[in-house]
This record gives sequence, C-alpha cells and structure tokens, in this order.
Amino acid sequence: MEYILIIISAIFVNNVVLSQFLGICPFLGVSNKVETSLGMGGAVVFVITIANIVTYLLQYYILDPLGLGYMQTVSFILVIAALVQMVEIILKKVSPSLYQALGIFLPLITTNCAVLGLAILAIQNEYNLAESVVFGFAKAVGFALALVIFAGIREQLELSNTPKVMKGFPIALVTAGILAMAFIGFTGIV
Amino acid sequence: MSKFGIISRGIFKENPTFVLVLGMCPTLATTSSAINGMSMGLATMFVLALSNLTISLVAGQIPSKVRIPAFVVIISAFVTIVDLLMQAYVPAIYAQLGIFIPLIVVNCIILARAESFASKNGAFDSILDGIGIGLGFTLALTMLGAVRELLGAKSIFGIKLIEGDGITLFVLAPGAFIALAYLMVLFNMLKKKVAK
Repeated sequence: MEYILIIISAIFVNNVVLSQFLGICPFLGVSNKVETSLGMGGAVVFVITIANIVTYLLQYYILDPLGLGYMQTVSFILVIAALVQMVEIILKKVSPSLYQALGIFLPLITTNCAVLGLAILAIQNEYNLAESVVFGFAKAVGFALALVIFAGIREQLELSNTPKVMKGFPIALVTAGILAMAFIGFTGIV
Repeated sequence: MSKFGIISRGIFKENPTFVLVLGMCPTLATTSSAINGMSMGLATMFVLALSNLTISLVAGQIPSKVRIPAFVVIISAFVTIVDLLMQAYVPAIYAQLGIFIPLIVVNCIILARAESFASKNGAFDSILDGIGIGLGFTLALTMLGAVRELLGAKSIFGIKLIEGDGITLFVLAPGAFIALAYLMVLFNMLKKKVAK
C-alpha cells in the first residue's frame, strides 16, 4: 500500500516537472514531437532508476561510514555522469535497437537536474533502497508523462496562429502553466 | 570589448533568463517571492564568478577530452561552499531554497559560461563575465519573484502593499510559468524598441 501511495503521489500529485520544477530544460527543449519525447522519457526513466540505486549505495555504504556527507553533491554528480556514459556503452553492445531509440538522448541526461535532484531527495526523505527505487521510477514516469502530453499539445500549437511576440518560448511556457493548473487538480487524491 | 561592455552584456543583450533561456529550473522554482529569487540569483552569481575565475586559470592544463568532468568538479566544489555557508548563516533562506542550492551544479548557465567564455579568456575578464551574467540572472529572478509576490500575496520583499489576499495561483507552480512567459514577452518587446 505504501508503495502505491508513493507511486501515485510521485506521478500525479507532486509531478516532478509541473509542481517541483526539476528537469525543465529537457521539458522545454525536447518536446516538439511526440516521438522524440517518448524516447527522451524512456531514457530518463532508465537512468533515474539506476542512478537512485547507485547513489543510495554510495551514500549509505561509502559517504556515511566515512563521515563525508559534505561530499554528496560532488560525488553524486560525478557518479551520475559516469553512469550515463556507462549505460550508453553497455546499451550499444547489448541492445542496439534500444540504443538506436534512446542513444542521442543519453548524453543530454547528465545535465538534467531531475536526476541529481531526485537522488538527493530520496536521501533527504530517508527512503530505504526499495522505496528509493520505486520513488525514482515513479517520478521519472511522471516526467515522461508530462513530457509526452506537452509534446502532443505543442504539435497542435505549431498549426495554430500564435501572436508574433508570443512565438517560441513564451507560448510554450503559457501552455506549461495551463498544464500545471490541470495537475493541481490531482492534489486531493493522496 | 571594454570591461564595462562585458558586464552590461550579461544583464541586457545576453540576459541568461530572457534571451538565452538557460537555468529554467531555479528560475521557476525559487521565485515564489522577491527575496527568494534574489537569494538564489546571488548564490548563483557567487558560484559563477569564482568558477569562471578558477576555470580561466586552469583551462590550459586540462586535456580537452576530460574538460567537462573537470569543470563540473570545480563548479561543484564552489556549490558545496555556498551550500555550507548558507546553511550556517542564513538558515531561513536555505530552508526555503532547499534542494535548489545543491542543484546549482547542474545549472546550465554556469557550464555554458565555463565552456564558451572562461576557458578561452583571461582571469579578470572571466570574473567580470561571471558577475555580469550573474547580475542578469539575479535581476531576472528578482523581477519574476517581485511580480509573483505582488500578484500572489500583494506584497514585495515581504512588505504588504495592498490589504487583502492576492491571486494564490501566482505563488503556486502554474503562476511561475505564466508570469515568466509574459515577462519574456515584455523583455523582447523592449529589446526590439531599443534596437530601433
């Protein structure tokens, strides 16, 4: 039951993009087409889930016993960067088709603040390993969901007649604002 | 380019928020009030100026293949310093900004300046560039924070200007997106007028 609560609250109520503002850059950057946003969403789910496992182990088996808590930011970002690189290499060997689908998005993920942010949040919330993994996975699914919905709206937006000064980022931001309003509607669920 | 030009460019012509559209996460997340926005901007400026300085000094020694990880380590060292300092001296603001202080590491503005300016220019120019871009960022965040606070709580910097409740939506997440969108439109219109 506890896991179901974590999942629902992570995907809908505290949506990572629309209510916590993590990962806005890829949210605005790679949301022109539904197809690419699906690829990006998949890659993010994959990396965040693994990153949460690795950073959990790093925090509780290396940093904490050695009393190096203040090294959290430095070590997490390095581990995430190395992890993304490694995932890319392994994927290329093991599953070329998946690599084809996710490949170009992987390098972009290192600078996605959702990865580092969720790793730190999972530690701050004092989740155990299983909860931390479920939390990371659900948050990432929430990210993918918001990204795909947003891409769908933006595809339609291309065809509509936008005022000249609103073209590009401003209209995308207004759209995201309305989408965030819709997600506020989930607040009462959990 | 003149020394003053380097600073003023970051504020207006290459404003990181309104023109380059970088570092959107802290921009949207920490501007629920003017003071929060300003604190975030200043913290970022501090990291930006010092990381620019350090990177401009060591860039020649770093092999180009590992330069990005090296830059990230330098940046995160300064972020850790800011994190610990703020935790010790301004705990109230630190609690408000929360996770977005460690996340300054992944603010793309800082890596972008390191890569495109500091690694190719002298130490003094790099500090100035960091201060200029940092000021532009701080200004944008303070403005956005002030607008949201004014509409959302009818106050600025915690001082109540008009009695009564504001439009709570502007303090919440959707208001951040919408307020930033319209500020961006205003900034672009102003920029076009000045260019003419």
